[in-house]
Amino acid sequence: MIDRRLVQNFDWKLLGLTLILSLVGAMTLYSAVTSGKSTIHDVLFYKQIIWYTVGIVLMIFSFLFNYKAIDRWAFIIYGFCVLLLLLVLFFGKYAGGSRRWLIIGPITFQPSEFAKLAVIFVLARYYSKTASTNGLCLSELIVPVILCMIPFVLIVLQPDLGTAMLILLIAASMSLFVKIEKKAFVFIIASISVAIPTIWFFLRDYQKKRIITFLNPEHDPLGAGYHIIQSKIAIGSGMISGKGFLKGTQSALSFLPEQQTDFIFSVFAEEWGFIGCLILLLVFFMFIARCLKISYGSRNPFGAILSFGITAMILWHIVVNMGMAMGLMPVVGVTLPFISYGGSSIIIILTSIGIMLNISMRRFLFD
Amino acid sequence: MSKTDKHYNDISCRDGLEILVGFQAMDNFLRSTNNKWFRHRLSVVTYFVTAAFALLFLRLFYLQVIEGTEYRQLSENNCIRLQNIEYSRGLIFDRNGVLLVDNRPSFNLNVVLSNAKPVESTIGKLSQYTNMPVDGLTSQINDIKGISCYKPFLLKQDIGRDILAAVEAHKYDLPGISVDVKPKRHYMLGNSATHLIGYLSEINANELKDKKHNENRPGDYIGKFGIEKSFEKYLTGKRGIRHVEVNAVGQVIRVLKTVDAEAGDNLYLTIDERIQRKAEELLEGKAGAVVAMEPSSGEILALASSPTFDSNIFVSGMSHDEWENLISNPNRPIENKAIKGAYPPASTYKIITAIAGLEEKIIDINTSFYCPGYLTHGNRKYMCWKRGGHGRVNVVRALAESCDVFFYNVGQKLDIDRLGWYAKSSGLGSPTGIDLEQEGAGLIPSTTWKRKRFGFPWTSGENLSAVIGQGYNLVTPIQLLLLISEIANGGERIKPLVVKKIMSPEGKLIIESKPEKLGRIPASQKTIDIIRQGLCDAVNKNYGTAYRSRFGGEIEMCGKTGTAQVVSRKQDESNYDKKITAYLHKSHALFVCYAPSNDPKIAIAVIIEHGEHGASSAAPIAKELVQAYLNPTNEENQTSSNEAVDYNPIYD
Repeated sequence: MIDRRLVQNFDWKLLGLTLILSLVGAMTLYSAVTSGKSTIHDVLFYKQIIWYTVGIVLMIFSFLFNYKAIDRWAFIIYGFCVLLLLLVLFFGKYAGGSRRWLIIGPITFQPSEFAKLAVIFVLARYYSKTASTNGLCLSELIVPVILCMIPFVLIVLQPDLGTAMLILLIAASMSLFVKIEKKAFVFIIASISVAIPTIWFFLRDYQKKRIITFLNPEHDPLGAGYHIIQSKIAIGSGMISGKGFLKGTQSALSFLPEQQTDFIFSVFAEEWGFIGCLILLLVFFMFIARCLKISYGSRNPFGAILSFGITAMILWHIVVNMGMAMGLMPVVGVTLPFISYGGSSIIIILTSIGIMLNISMRRFLFD
Repeated sequence: MSKTDKHYNDISCRDGLEILVGFQAMDNFLRSTNNKWFRHRLSVVTYFVTAAFALLFLRLFYLQVIEGTEYRQLSENNCIRLQNIEYSRGLIFDRNGVLLVDNRPSFNLNVVLSNAKPVESTIGKLSQYTNMPVDGLTSQINDIKGISCYKPFLLKQDIGRDILAAVEAHKYDLPGISVDVKPKRHYMLGNSATHLIGYLSEINANELKDKKHNENRPGDYIGKFGIEKSFEKYLTGKRGIRHVEVNAVGQVIRVLKTVDAEAGDNLYLTIDERIQRKAEELLEGKAGAVVAMEPSSGEILALASSPTFDSNIFVSGMSHDEWENLISNPNRPIENKAIKGAYPPASTYKIITAIAGLEEKIIDINTSFYCPGYLTHGNRKYMCWKRGGHGRVNVVRALAESCDVFFYNVGQKLDIDRLGWYAKSSGLGSPTGIDLEQEGAGLIPSTTWKRKRFGFPWTSGENLSAVIGQGYNLVTPIQLLLLISEIANGGERIKPLVVKKIMSPEGKLIIESKPEKLGRIPASQKTIDIIRQGLCDAVNKNYGTAYRSRFGGEIEMCGKTGTAQVVSRKQDESNYDKKITAYLHKSHALFVCYAPSNDPKIAIAVIIEHGEHGASSAAPIAKELVQAYLNPTNEENQTSSNEAVDYNPIYD
């Protein structure tokens, strides 16, 4: 059943990078949850190990079948995800001011994480059929805009601005990648630059204030601004060589908020310093380059666009999360792939890698 | 292009590439991704990715290498703290810019237990330096041990200068002990204008849940009463914050970042502090209310309710006994009688009856009735206040002399719901909309109201009590003030204003109040002129009920007296001794007026609870107030006019 060439073409490098990153992730998480000497958090580490295991099983599963099945199933998967997003709004678990989690039996998961992949699937399917070297014209963009806005709105309602923004970024990257006609592009830019001030004009004062705080956290020194300062202190205090594994003080004294998820990079940077961070950046860069190579190597437009979409998703996660921890970006709940704690996040990342391996393996198969 | 798909599997990679390049010509890259166009797009993406990673790299370099030492230091001390900067609440001035409410600094003594180690010796030293008893401090410390070790705990609030000086001088010998400054509300006038200005008090759990207080935290002081409450959103400011670096014992080493607090807006009230104080002085020792207004603008010049209390006690916290005293006082000092107190309008209501009679054409200026001192209606005798009777009187004279029998005659022909309509259309029986909380509504009875309330129909005898303002009628002093202002204005009803303007702390005008018309009295100019004549004669003709309160010459005041019989409240009485019971049976005294008659500058409503007669106890107060407002310089000279012949018995 398994073709010999499939084994030959298997991308061992990508798998290797994935395993390295997962290891770094497990280590950093261990530090983040144990150095506070609170026993409750220990559980998180073991939970995460379980998530890694589940993720690896799913990864293996997702390179066994031919990825072209995703092309056929794209809209069904998408529809299912939209349904889950609707369910979350009504039956989701309410925690920390938002409704993001669905509980089914013993499993708690975040449908918005799955929605990211679903959007990539449908856009890859759509663009692989419509894209041309001339670029997409306006009428061809209507469908993708709708496909992207449905989950976007549902996720904003939860509210989970970080994931919603990420979906927009991924969709925009994919659309730009397959090229947008110059006229259409100018039109979109123009309408956005008209729409934003118009919407701003109609917003109420408190809504404006919230957006300003979001864009400029220093504006809210009690909440987000405080977190940014603490995160910057953690990263900066790592200096060149770092404080050493398990020796971070910012995280030990719980100065960092969400240190096992959104601000995990600060924990890493504090303990491993500039040298460690540089290595991590390099590994991530190699990882992204490897992913782009898979897209480059794919002979099938669907495969190429799909792998590009997944690459864009991982890249944006890395850039937004690190940028946020270093005070370059607004504070949004975006995880650092492989490293942040979170079942849904790990599973989605590992499944995506599985699909990447799948595309890479089958780059010479035509049917 | 000549090859078919089937062959692809058999050719090498390199061959495959070359074959596929052939597809380049096709417009749609759908068939293949292996062409120059696609490669170009991917290489652009690579630049973007490289740029993004370069940005992250540079930022890391900046934070960890360039600023690294700085951040390392910050993290080693573990020392960033957030401190609140309290804002200063908006000040309150009177219409002439006299400061009425201010903020003064108050110093609180705090301790952070985790920094105060060894606690015993620190407390010992604190006691030694400040002369605070060591036992009291120790028991306070014992109470909080284990609860809040890291947070500042309040040891003593509003400490005096001596303790402040002692603590500051020995600062470095007292680890964990700190003094913070908070602005505290200070009501400069003490117990003057209390009901109008209101007071601040600590926010409670219910208010914290309220959306409009979402910026507040437990322990905050918010406006709870009066203008402090109704203008809370202007008076309140915005808290600032300071990021500070502290050392191991919690002392501030340096300030890293400051977001300044924003002060609240300043209010300029419509009241005149001098008139307000005069009104309160005149009410001294009595229970009642005085409200004065500029009729044309609706600006309240004075709003006094007696007895009063000192707002400052709400800010500094009062004892249980003080609170008990306030709420158990039978004269209800907490209640703002000027807007909440409901009283029978008594003879002041004859203004409405006269308007209704004239407008409904039951009477005209020439209609006169003979008053023998009583009127027989059904099988009952309805008495006039003047036993001997007033003889033959028309409407002007009936108003001036407050002849009950004249109005009984009108009442016999007047439909009670019609009368009620005139009263309500003039603003009686419903809140005036003044910007103060807890305004009372009063009551103007109707036939349907009575049937609903008591299950009995309206009787014609009740008409006769209603027309002279007795029976079920209830009005608030502010409503009466609006009624007399309408007469003064020629019919226009202007909303009473308490705030003249709101200025930002920088002195920018935010809101300036403008007169706001609420409605018009349902009467023609002719009718109003007749009423004015009656009110004028009531003060200035020697048969008028308020003749004793006339001015000598330069000012002509118009007014109407009222004496409201008090319906006894049985259950209340049993609690008091005879002397108090006798007091509670005395009538309420009312007087409404405006002056000068040709160009009204001030309108006043006075109610003295159990003051017996409007003419004797309410009118003189109004007179003095008019005097103080219109003629501030020669107040002393005027009092002599009271010696004029006392033609009238003080009754009505």
